[in-house]
Amino acid sequence: MSPKPQKFRTGGGRIDRLKPLRFKFDGHELYGYEGDTLASALLANGQHLVGRSFKYHRPRGIYTAGVDEPNALVGLGTKDQVTPNVQATSQELYTGLTAVSQNRWPSLKLDALSVNSLFSRFLSAGFYYKTFMWPAGAWEFYEKFIRRAAGIGKGTHLPDPDSYEHVHKHTDLLVIGSGPAGLTAALTAAEAGKQVILVEQDFELGGSLLNRPLTVGNISGEDWLKRRLSELEVFKNVTVLTRTTAFGFYEQNLVGCVEKVQDHLSIPNLHVPRQRLYHIRAQKVVLATGALERPFLFGNNDLPGIMLSSAAETYLHRFGVLTGHRPIFYTNQDAAYDFAFALKTGGTEVAAIVDPRRDIPSALFQKTRALGIPLYPGSRIVRAEGYQRVRKVLLQPVKSGRDGKGIWRDCDSVLHSAGWNPVVHLQSQRGIKPVFDPGLNSYLPGAGITADHGCAGSLAGYEETDAVVSQARKVAKYLIGQIKTAPRNYKKPVHDTPPVVSDNSPKSGKTFVDLQHDVTTADIAQAQLEGFKSVEHVKRYTTQGMASDQGKLGNVNTLELLANLKGEDQALLGTTTFRPPFTPLTIGAIAGRSVGAELSPTRLSPFHECHRRAGAEFITAGDWIRSWYYPKGGEDVIAAYIRETGAVRKSVGMVDVSSLGKIDIQGPDAAEFLNRVYINGWKALPIGKARYGLMLRDDGMVMDDGTTWRLGENHFFMTTTTTGAAAVMRHMEYLLQVDWPELKVNLTSVTDEWGGMAIAGPSSRKVLESSFQGIDFSTEAVPHMGFLEFESDGLPVRICRLSFSGELAYEVYTRAGYAELLWDQLMEGGKPHDMILYGSEALGALRIEKGHVAGPELDGRTTADDLGLGRMQSSKKAYVGNILKEREGLIAETREQLVGLMPVEGAVALKAGFILFEGDGSEPKGHGLGHVTSVTFSPALGRHIALGLLSEGRAREGTLIRAVSPVDDMSVDVKVCSPHFYDPEGERMHA
Amino acid sequence: MARYSAFEIFKQALSGHKNWASAWRDPVPKEKYDVIIIGGGGHGLATAYYLAKEHGIRNVAVLEKGWLGGGNTGRNTTIVRSNYMIEGNTGFYEHSMKLWENLSQELNYNVMFSQRGQYNTFHNPGQMDVARRRANTLRLNGIEAELITAKEMQARVPGLDYSANARFPILGAMYQRRAGTARHDAVAWGYARGADQLGVDIIQNCEVEEFIRDKDRIIGVRTNRGEMRAAKIGMAVAGHSSHVAAKAGLRLPIESHVLQAFVSEPLKPIFDTVISFGAAHFYISQSDKGGLVMGGDIDGYNSYAQKGGMPTMEHVFAAGVSFLPYLSRLKVLRQWGGIMDMSMDGSPIICKSPIDGFYINAGWCYGGFKATPASGWCFAHTIAKDEPHEFNEKFRLDRFSRGYPIDERGAGPTPNAH
Amino acid sequence: MLRIDCPFCGLRDETEFVYGGDASRKRPDLQETSQDVWNDHVFLRDNPKGPHLEYWFHQHGCRSWLKVQRDVATHEITDVRFADKEKGQG
Repeated sequence: MSPKPQKFRTGGGRIDRLKPLRFKFDGHELYGYEGDTLASALLANGQHLVGRSFKYHRPRGIYTAGVDEPNALVGLGTKDQVTPNVQATSQELYTGLTAVSQNRWPSLKLDALSVNSLFSRFLSAGFYYKTFMWPAGAWEFYEKFIRRAAGIGKGTHLPDPDSYEHVHKHTDLLVIGSGPAGLTAALTAAEAGKQVILVEQDFELGGSLLNRPLTVGNISGEDWLKRRLSELEVFKNVTVLTRTTAFGFYEQNLVGCVEKVQDHLSIPNLHVPRQRLYHIRAQKVVLATGALERPFLFGNNDLPGIMLSSAAETYLHRFGVLTGHRPIFYTNQDAAYDFAFALKTGGTEVAAIVDPRRDIPSALFQKTRALGIPLYPGSRIVRAEGYQRVRKVLLQPVKSGRDGKGIWRDCDSVLHSAGWNPVVHLQSQRGIKPVFDPGLNSYLPGAGITADHGCAGSLAGYEETDAVVSQARKVAKYLIGQIKTAPRNYKKPVHDTPPVVSDNSPKSGKTFVDLQHDVTTADIAQAQLEGFKSVEHVKRYTTQGMASDQGKLGNVNTLELLANLKGEDQALLGTTTFRPPFTPLTIGAIAGRSVGAELSPTRLSPFHECHRRAGAEFITAGDWIRSWYYPKGGEDVIAAYIRETGAVRKSVGMVDVSSLGKIDIQGPDAAEFLNRVYINGWKALPIGKARYGLMLRDDGMVMDDGTTWRLGENHFFMTTTTTGAAAVMRHMEYLLQVDWPELKVNLTSVTDEWGGMAIAGPSSRKVLESSFQGIDFSTEAVPHMGFLEFESDGLPVRICRLSFSGELAYEVYTRAGYAELLWDQLMEGGKPHDMILYGSEALGALRIEKGHVAGPELDGRTTADDLGLGRMQSSKKAYVGNILKEREGLIAETREQLVGLMPVEGAVALKAGFILFEGDGSEPKGHGLGHVTSVTFSPALGRHIALGLLSEGRAREGTLIRAVSPVDDMSVDVKVCSPHFYDPEGERMHA
Repeated sequence: MARYSAFEIFKQALSGHKNWASAWRDPVPKEKYDVIIIGGGGHGLATAYYLAKEHGIRNVAVLEKGWLGGGNTGRNTTIVRSNYMIEGNTGFYEHSMKLWENLSQELNYNVMFSQRGQYNTFHNPGQMDVARRRANTLRLNGIEAELITAKEMQARVPGLDYSANARFPILGAMYQRRAGTARHDAVAWGYARGADQLGVDIIQNCEVEEFIRDKDRIIGVRTNRGEMRAAKIGMAVAGHSSHVAAKAGLRLPIESHVLQAFVSEPLKPIFDTVISFGAAHFYISQSDKGGLVMGGDIDGYNSYAQKGGMPTMEHVFAAGVSFLPYLSRLKVLRQWGGIMDMSMDGSPIICKSPIDGFYINAGWCYGGFKATPASGWCFAHTIAKDEPHEFNEKFRLDRFSRGYPIDERGAGPTPNAH
Repeated sequence: MLRIDCPFCGLRDETEFVYGGDASRKRPDLQETSQDVWNDHVFLRDNPKGPHLEYWFHQHGCRSWLKVQRDVATHEITDVRFADKEKGQG
């Protein structure tokens, strides 16, 4: 491709003219060069108009050359890679880039909603709060239209195909910003042998050196930059991260950074993330974030063609792009004159320089005259005019006040510069409020240097490059301990400068303080009038500063405006709070890789593969993936659990219990400790026996339950519920380390060390006998709650005879690494006895038939007595929760107690979550008497049964109540019974 | 001052918006009031409004140490719902919902209450059971709620990961049609304007330094703007309740924790409802301006810093992207934090304190914004009548010592678990 | 992101720890039978805005309960030690 010459492209700049890049904007094929941003390429093609504003849909052009851009937001990419609201000013150009303008319909030039502009006088601050209220409930009708008109970019519902990652870094010194200050600080620390990380949000290092012709010492900025960059390359202890934004400055010098790894590539590498989020923990941080130019305020200051002077200079100097052929300068900055001179010298007609200052340095004055540039000192621009592009501006003497007469001057662009605002955001995020500096007429960091970070360069108020370099070196040296005297912020002498924010007549047209949100000076004034006086109220009432640029352009002007309106000293006004992120942060980068399947750790039983091979269906239970049921011949979960449950009662089944929490407890005070933790007694438990235990929270509610086995005099093995494991461990460690350090007990979590299967059913003993030949499993050898430890052909085995199902049952554990061996051995031993596998659903059915409590009953709101376990509570000892369990409300007669529930019609199934009411025919209303907690079909009883918590439940046994579920449109007559539906005397498990 | 109306806007526009009256006065504090409310957030302002309107008590001052609505009223995710299951909460939040439904008209201030519905997803059978209990409880208390399947949800809310093999698959949701969002700041401003019109003095930049006592009774406050006395002094400073109560010599069952919230860049409508996900806590709605408003769990440790840290932010968005994979390419604009009064059972306190003349409104945990109207309404009642209304009779301070917690999550006296 | 200097493991991110709340409270004696005493201990907090002594559990580390002195307004941590005084001395 040999591209046609571009109308606004000049010579020079840092772009590579040998590498043209094609891209699309609103369907038009355009091209730019490598080194361009999307904005510079658009401007090179003469495209100023790039978007429509938020509220009035006014045409908007490129205003800045960086992250402060309020207008040039485009939608990037197609299909599932659509990225809305990308700043054209910081997007690197690449071949194939596809951008569309936003917030316009049907097209950028003809936007239907620009009719809003006609009604704009009604749409002032607070408009929405005062209308759309009639009739009641009508808001949602209006809201639909308002929502459609609001918003800017368009997203997609398609999943993001790209990946993101997190990186952690530690360093001695982190330098944020690579202008003269940042480079100097980084090199100073590098020379001292420190580990340095230098981050730069741009794709090139150099900061302001890239944007305008500067000199450092006696060499050009360009040469200085080259030298520093080649020095940087030498240091192995320096890591340079470009395209990396420090977005958040958090406690203890943690800096959040995001690197746009591939947002500039035509063909991204699939093996590399799109963006990378860094957690950089730095001993010290140098903030060298520079300053952003401040705009003037005047009527129609939003017309395309109006932009910051520094932006135009950047487009020319860095990208070789002219932003206009006939600019007018509006400035109170000497430096802007230099740019005007350069343009004029380069052959551009500079239509005028307008300067509100009356006393202009004579050298500038002379040169302006010599070059033949019309100069208007002591003047200001009050308004601009033009259709979709500025055509002319109205000038007035400053002193003439708001109604003075003016003169019109033609132009095709306005380049304005009202000073510089240090980028104080990051330090402000740390809670150090910026302070107003009258010399600078803006805000400086509240602390120039602290114990852990320092501000360097123009952030600290320095302007001259030599001063910047010298101060930055001192900042670095101070932070790494080479000098003891802390450098300070620069204090500029106070000049009596005319205000940036002048009192404009409303006839001048809208004057925007916040371009993206269409907030005008009149809105700010109106907010004051209506009592919204504090800076935060103004922000919230007018939405100034809440757009995607977060007020980078408008905040300081708003503060000056407020000070004027209130007649207060700007220094006393305060500022709004700067919050992370510094620039909008991609959500995918924040999430990193911990998404989808990696959202939460996945815990698998050591038998997991065995289950899979056996055809199990799995279910998520917290972090665990557990086997749910083992379908046979197309069974669904209901058919399967009914079959599995029946088989356990009839012969024998095997279920995985590995997910139970397991804690090894050792020490001479172990029994005493358990005695304090559990509500029941533990000191008399013989070695080789297990016991069911219940523990309470400090407030007397049930915390957890499980069996604990006494392996030795001073050695116990505790099991907890699956979900309670971590909390129980933490709780017990707390008691031992914080409350009772005198107890000599040591805890070890061994949940993952042991895998366990429960063998349950009348034939379970036979299965064990077949599996472990030669071991005596008789009741004499292994009584109920008896424990046995042995090795079987090298397989370590712990067996405890305990039962959750109510059948004769054993829990068989082995070391996790031996799990599959145990599985095979048990499966082999089970074969002659028709042993089946059962999953968590059947396990639940079996326990409900027995009235054993589990998660739905242990819901953190029940006491031991509520659950029918009050008799376990020892009265002979003190234990955790024993006093507060006696609180009035916890022993009230009306408390809900665990009961069994049987629908009168056995074929009718309840569901957990039915609400219980009196059976007297009264209208079910309110919270009722309790609720159904667990339900199952009981194969043993041949009917549906349930457990519930019912007010005065035990006293109601034998009565009829009603279970009601409006969401199922059901109301069921239910008989209250004992929760022990099956084998209430426990004969089977003692068999 | 004039009522707000389309006509009024028209009239003001013609005169260049130069004649708008202040929404509230900036009065000089008086030495004596009937009631002083400490805290000029939504709850305090609503209390003053209802004291004046419902109880005819107009000699009221609201003292705000900063600017109106500058606390949690302006730092939340604006969700309004009334789907609380435990007795004590259910009726209270529904009362609040009913007040919300007429609030814009009542205050002549558009609080942009948008009943776009809210889903509480469930991700395993156990959660589904709880959702059924919750929905049934609501229905039996006259509050509409429905259980919907993942399939039905899919038809209504596009872009979620509905796959069955998701880490926490969406099995369905409890849906409350009347739930939604409101414009948070407008609530404070609307109540402030309403209270002011009824004669309430709203005094900003007025910090209570200490309480003035007469024996065992609190009879006034000493502030940076002078002394003020009142027979009844109410505190509605959630986030800082312990701090103010300590000046009165009270310890509360409360810890202060930071809850972060996030807003995205402005987008054309992409998400039309409100969802709270039941696994890996994440909730989201889209504001009328187009920003996605998102949040998750508290940071988990005591904090009075109105900002949060990175770990919680990362956790929130890991959940967000997992449930709404399209969020990944969108951008966060702002991260902020509010200070929550986390109580020992996750529920609020509105009652007379053990000190005569002193009334407490505190402990709002995550629930404060949606509660604003009913909180003010009930607090006003409690102050005016010296006894609670039926709606807040269970929100007593002594419910902990007496054993009547209102514990929606069953987490017990572990504030950061609620 | 807080970083806590665990006396056993060294400086670690807050994500390794679980928060345990106010550490200025002292558990009543196990034999204490007054509900008031237990109520105070279990439910009431000073919840100061400033320096705060608090417990943290090094869940993903040495599983020590630590006493941390932290300013809850600024997050500045000034002291970290084992909750169990005798720990680390043997």
